[in-house]
Amino acid sequence: MTKLSFFLGCIAPNRYPGIEIATQKTLEKLGVELEDLEGTSCCPAPGVFRSFDKTTWLALASRNITLSEELGDDILTICNGCFGSLTDANHMLKEDATLKSDVNKILSEIGREFKGTQDVRHIIEYLYQEIGAEKINEIVTNPLDLKVAVHYGCHLVKPSKERHLGSAENPTFFDELVEATGATSVDYQDKMACCGAGGGARTAVLETSLKLVDKKLDNMEAADVDCIVDACPFCHLQLDVGQTEIKNKFEKEHVMPVLHYSQLLGLAMGFSPEELGIDMNFTDTATLIEKLRGGAK
Amino acid sequence: MSDSVKTSDFDQAFRQEIFEEPGADKIALCFNCTGCSSGCPMTEQEAEYNIRKFLRMANLGMKEQLLNNPYIWYCTTCYKCQERCPQGVPNVDALLKIRTLAVENGIMLAPHKKVGQLVVKFGHAVPINDDTKEKRKKLGLEEVPPTVHRFSEALDEVKKLIKIAGFDEIVSEEEGGK
Repeated sequence: MTKLSFFLGCIAPNRYPGIEIATQKTLEKLGVELEDLEGTSCCPAPGVFRSFDKTTWLALASRNITLSEELGDDILTICNGCFGSLTDANHMLKEDATLKSDVNKILSEIGREFKGTQDVRHIIEYLYQEIGAEKINEIVTNPLDLKVAVHYGCHLVKPSKERHLGSAENPTFFDELVEATGATSVDYQDKMACCGAGGGARTAVLETSLKLVDKKLDNMEAADVDCIVDACPFCHLQLDVGQTEIKNKFEKEHVMPVLHYSQLLGLAMGFSPEELGIDMNFTDTATLIEKLRGGAK
Repeated sequence: MSDSVKTSDFDQAFRQEIFEEPGADKIALCFNCTGCSSGCPMTEQEAEYNIRKFLRMANLGMKEQLLNNPYIWYCTTCYKCQERCPQGVPNVDALLKIRTLAVENGIMLAPHKKVGQLVVKFGHAVPINDDTKEKRKKLGLEEVPPTVHRFSEALDEVKKLIKIAGFDEIVSEEEGGK
């Protein structure tokens, strides 16, 4: 059985635990053992903490990586922000001996050392590259009759020269995984557009940040989809909580259920929406759940 | 309308500081094709956010104007411009460097300080709350996740690293506020 150490980050365990449990349930069915990565902190958020102070960012990120080095397993992330932060820190430290030695001086104060022995994975690219859409399709027991707007999120694919996942302009790997569940990935205007949350923008300039996600939601709705499927709890928060904030600030109504891919896959494996925390979103998901109950093939 | 600038205001040392970011010296190769700003999802919503202009200001060494420009904090780091730049300018990396220099000069937004303080205190930018604890229980998960939230010695390690890096002072209300 393949083993990975499970990096939780902040938003999944602390706001959307459905994503955490859906990941555990689905990967178990796929024969991947997830080990708790105990004592991890914030990755820390790349656009924000790397902006403020690179040393702090690298020190905390490398500490998180050393926890997986102790276990001897690669890290599984379920968030584009964590993936970006830990991947970038891991690359920098593996490639720059001076930087590595500087960071290790700091880490030695807490009795740790960055060795550079593990890789950082993201659930979407991991499933696509190590398991494959075909095998996932074989394991699916409840093919989903859903039209889905796929939201890759920026840091899953960009910067592309560090991600090695092909075209950042028109990728297909995530869509293939979605279609492996029986769902249909529906194309929509500006599909690769940012949700607006990253880089500290949601924190600093919420209203402007919401204008980006409002446009994104308009485009998804125009494509007449049943739900959004994303790969990142921060995009998830922006797409989900953003709908209630748009209602409050712009008096404009969106009712679009938001699922993380682990939750979509969980449904296709026969888990109930409640077991996967799909009913725990901030936006109402009752219509989708009703459709799943009546409409699942 | 653009404001006039004086060459005497240009700070060459500042330009060099930006160029310390790997690849950022390619800013000098920018021929103003505007591919970055015309495709930018933030510029579409807020015209005052203009990555091309900010990098041009960096190249000229317009330190004060750039570091005090409130719009340098609008970038969502989507990397669309960086992917598309025909000259290979690492736009986002350069902007993050500009922000770092702003922070070093005591310029930081209050909401960002608050998020920083959360990490200093809890080790998480988004710490757990009662509502989520309830949700975790309902799902059959432990109420508190196995992160620094559950292990106090792990949180102590994080706090120590933050202290060594001086990050607690960077985000404290008293220090460097502007």
